[in-house]
Amino acid sequence: MSYLYTRRRLVNMVSLSVSVFTMLFGLFWLGWILWTLLDNGLPGLSLHVFTQSTPPPGSNGGLINAIVGSLMMVAIGVLIGTPIGILAGTYLAEFGQRGWLAPLTRFINDILLSAPSIVIGIFVYAVYVAKVGHFAGWGGSFALAILVIPVVLRTTENMLRLVPNSLREAAAALGAPQWKVISFVTLRAARAGILTGILLAVARISGETAPLLFTALNNQFWSSDMNKPLSNLPVVIFQFAMSPYEDWQNLAWAGALIITLSVLTLNILARVLFRQKANTQ
Amino acid sequence: MTAEQIISAPKVIVRDLNFYYGADRALKDINLVIPEKMVTAFIGPSGCGKSTLLRTFNRMYELYPKQRATGEILLDGENLLDKKQDLNTLRAKIGMVFQKPTPFPMSIYDNITFGVKLYEKLSSHEMDDRVEWALKKAALWNEVKDKLNQSGTGLSGGQQQRLCIARAIAVKPQVLLLDEPTSALDPISTAHIEKLIDELKKDFTIVIVTHNMQQAARVSDFTAYMYLGDLIEFGDTSTVFTNPKRKETEDYITGRFG
Repeated sequence: MSYLYTRRRLVNMVSLSVSVFTMLFGLFWLGWILWTLLDNGLPGLSLHVFTQSTPPPGSNGGLINAIVGSLMMVAIGVLIGTPIGILAGTYLAEFGQRGWLAPLTRFINDILLSAPSIVIGIFVYAVYVAKVGHFAGWGGSFALAILVIPVVLRTTENMLRLVPNSLREAAAALGAPQWKVISFVTLRAARAGILTGILLAVARISGETAPLLFTALNNQFWSSDMNKPLSNLPVVIFQFAMSPYEDWQNLAWAGALIITLSVLTLNILARVLFRQKANTQ
Repeated sequence: MTAEQIISAPKVIVRDLNFYYGADRALKDINLVIPEKMVTAFIGPSGCGKSTLLRTFNRMYELYPKQRATGEILLDGENLLDKKQDLNTLRAKIGMVFQKPTPFPMSIYDNITFGVKLYEKLSSHEMDDRVEWALKKAALWNEVKDKLNQSGTGLSGGQQQRLCIARAIAVKPQVLLLDEPTSALDPISTAHIEKLIDELKKDFTIVIVTHNMQQAARVSDFTAYMYLGDLIEFGDTSTVFTNPKRKETEDYITGRFG
């Protein structure tokens, strides 16, 4: 008895130590990344980063054109991708019990979810950029929208599936047609979860470089024309970090810090939203 | 004497009802009469088909593929199982309350108006009156009248269940189906709801499924005992409980089985 008890305590202690150690190991790298970013990015993070456009080497400048370009492309990408993702996810969760279309859609969406983003970039290059003959912000938005769809679709479906069937039955029992049950009861019950999914999709695409490299490319100067090459943070970081000029490298660090902090904020926001949902239920 | 003779005012008549989950036959040739403005209880051990039977009354099973019913269920002489019968108007006539409270994720007020808005166009004043009427009927008005704009999910379990009853009666159905409405509630809330059922039968025909035999004895006028998809015995509650005709019923009621 006491031997068994000692043994159980020992096993418990060992497994607890192993899991704590692996957690610390994972956190260590995350902490290191954040520390490096802060260490290198903070000195470059001055007011003119947010007021001036990307400079030629050797002169002062900022990232405002890249920040605005990124915001525009991400916003339009999300605006295009979110409705498609929500509608398709709703179809899968609410109508997807019968037939062959839903399982097929789900399978294709899983492929899309894990497709390398560079492939999406080349795809949009081939069907859009090559056809119009020049790089353009729209192309970047399209590529980002394709990345948004599978994430939003998957979270929408999962969140709707978490809504208990009894809620659907209760609404149907009052004589509500299915579209009313879905739009007024189930989607509303899953609202916080779906919103979280959208935020995570935004976080996911704001750091994507590969799809923009082939579509929006970059623009050294201020521009908000979606029909022209559009500056954006990931590609600016990519180009400036690889350059031999120290002031460019500093701006790249500042840009990397800005992206990371925004994504971090979005993730925290998503968590807070989801927690609020858990509290109200 | 058949059940049809016992009951002078039938509201719902079930004829040769069979129900299938895929290939499984869950209800076997059920024949039954539900009397108007009385409480009829379905009792029996788990899996006997009492909830299944209740869910055929508003064709709730049609939400799920591979479930089907054959036979007839006549509401005032009209066959509910007829495919030509419009499902949503049918459900508006037959309200339902479930085992677990199912408040919608919206305000208490909107919970009540959701069903009403589907089939009636009321002025905001009439709607206010309807909400008050339904909540008073469900004995919830005094507890929520000052927080009608708060979320229905914030109420206690017993209050949520009375909200669901108010929501169901707000559309003024003719029949109220209660599927184990108190099995998730504490004894005090249960007593509340049982008292409520007594009140509601003045206006509605009530069918209740319950695991709790004392509850069936307390609240119902008629009782149906079911076992493995068969209707074993049906009659007025005092007879079924004190002088059952069938040995199986007696065994179940006296606790020797079930």
